[in-house]
Amino acid sequence: MTDPSHDSSPAADLDPEVADRNRRLVAALLDGEHRALARVISRIEDRAPGHRDLVSRLHPHTGTAAVIGITGSPGAGKSTLVDKLAAAYRDRGETVGVVAVDPASPYSGGSVLGDRIRMAATVGDMDVFVRSMSARGRLGGLSTATTDAVHALDAFGKDVVLVETVGAGQNEVDIVRTADTVAVVVQPGSGDDIQMLKAGILEIGDVFAVNKADMDGVDRLIAELEEMLHRRDGDGAGAGSAAGHHGPGAAPGDTDPTAPADSDSGAPEWEPRVVTTVATAGEGIDDLVDAFDAHAAYLRASGAGTERARSRHAAEIRRLVREDANVLLDAEIRRRGGLDALADRVLAGETDPYTVASEILDPIADCVDAAGEDAATDGDDPSALGDE
Amino acid sequence: MSADAGGERNRPIRCLIAKVGLDGHDRGAHVIARAFRDAGFEVVYSGLHRAPEEIVQAAVQEDVDVLGISILSGAHNTLVPKIVEGLKEYGAFTDTLLIVGGIIPEEDRDGLREMGVAAIFGPGTPMQETVDFVRENAPARTDDPA
Repeated sequence: MTDPSHDSSPAADLDPEVADRNRRLVAALLDGEHRALARVISRIEDRAPGHRDLVSRLHPHTGTAAVIGITGSPGAGKSTLVDKLAAAYRDRGETVGVVAVDPASPYSGGSVLGDRIRMAATVGDMDVFVRSMSARGRLGGLSTATTDAVHALDAFGKDVVLVETVGAGQNEVDIVRTADTVAVVVQPGSGDDIQMLKAGILEIGDVFAVNKADMDGVDRLIAELEEMLHRRDGDGAGAGSAAGHHGPGAAPGDTDPTAPADSDSGAPEWEPRVVTTVATAGEGIDDLVDAFDAHAAYLRASGAGTERARSRHAAEIRRLVREDANVLLDAEIRRRGGLDALADRVLAGETDPYTVASEILDPIADCVDAAGEDAATDGDDPSALGDE
Repeated sequence: MSADAGGERNRPIRCLIAKVGLDGHDRGAHVIARAFRDAGFEVVYSGLHRAPEEIVQAAVQEDVDVLGISILSGAHNTLVPKIVEGLKEYGAFTDTLLIVGGIIPEEDRDGLREMGVAAIFGPGTPMQETVDFVRENAPARTDDPA
């Protein structure tokens, strides 16, 4: 790891003013200033100039928060559960961060972020830091922004970070996969929940909260859930929530480049827990917290936490490299007159899309090949990227 | 080449629509929240019966550009100053556009403006007028909380 002042930013061409502001922002954040934390999250969320440098400066201070992803269909009671969970952690003397993600209007791009309405048990308590985020119509970028916001809350010193999102698609699955522990909230009386579980959420749940357990149909829902979970075990699909780390000691120096990034091998299986809750009445909240604690203990004891950390870092590196590669490729396309001009050549019958793509990519591939020959042995250390 | 150094900052206007005090009428707040959403803003809605310190907490944590307070109870002269004080305490007052909607008697308006309320929108204000005002007056980001 680098020294705490961390002046070796990833972007050497960063505006010195931006770098200077980032340094001050991070210092203020580490000093416990809420406004600085809020502003850091804004810059991260906006992908403002220098946001990567910002996240990079936060990195040495992260790794201590327990990150819990909470997902489930609309109306299942996620926000109310999050509110009660935050209160329960506060009662234990722990500080809490909440990132609540809501969809954006596909028409105006605007959004109404209503999760704060449910935050009743902890209002006025600044040690619960709640941040609402809009999906802003991004594809993929949302999980990046959410992960980085969690880093900010982690670096600020929050003991627990709850990430709440509607479990309705790949985007949301990506978000909760970055958590150490994934809780799926379901409610009785709606067959849609089981439908939703089929759509990929079931595989990633470490803990299932059957909320509104005072309603009819709870027993059937639990039975269905247990059955599906057993089937999941029978498939030998393995614990699917393959991301996240826990504890301050996670993943230093254990970068074995030969290990597959998403391997769960070696760790004993976690048996997903089903907990019944009535969030509005606060029932079952302690059981839920116990289940989260048990999962955290499992992650530590089994080494699965380290595996998740590795796979999360790998995913992050892959994503960042692809983002940067796209920027490079866009520049190259512009240099060649832009996509429209290239398309016109195809339209005029001069060439075809495959040939054009090869023309753009071949010089880059040549560079990569040449670099590979120069550094055949030492160019493949993931820690060089992952641990900064 | 860095994806970090360049790029346009793409930030929608972020607003907190807040109901404060013992005032259960939130139709106006809902209508405004919808209109702001349709204008492309990100709107955080506080819910009913919030204390001034809760509003301040939300405004600071959500890092909003605009704080819209809806008051129909007549308690604006006690509630608004508390919110202004709280924002100042967190260093969030100068770069938050503070607007008030609801029933505010004419004789109270100058006092609120002196406190730092940028605009007061009474019943019957055309929605577009409020949206335009926010667009034109949402503060430029100074980028420095210190």
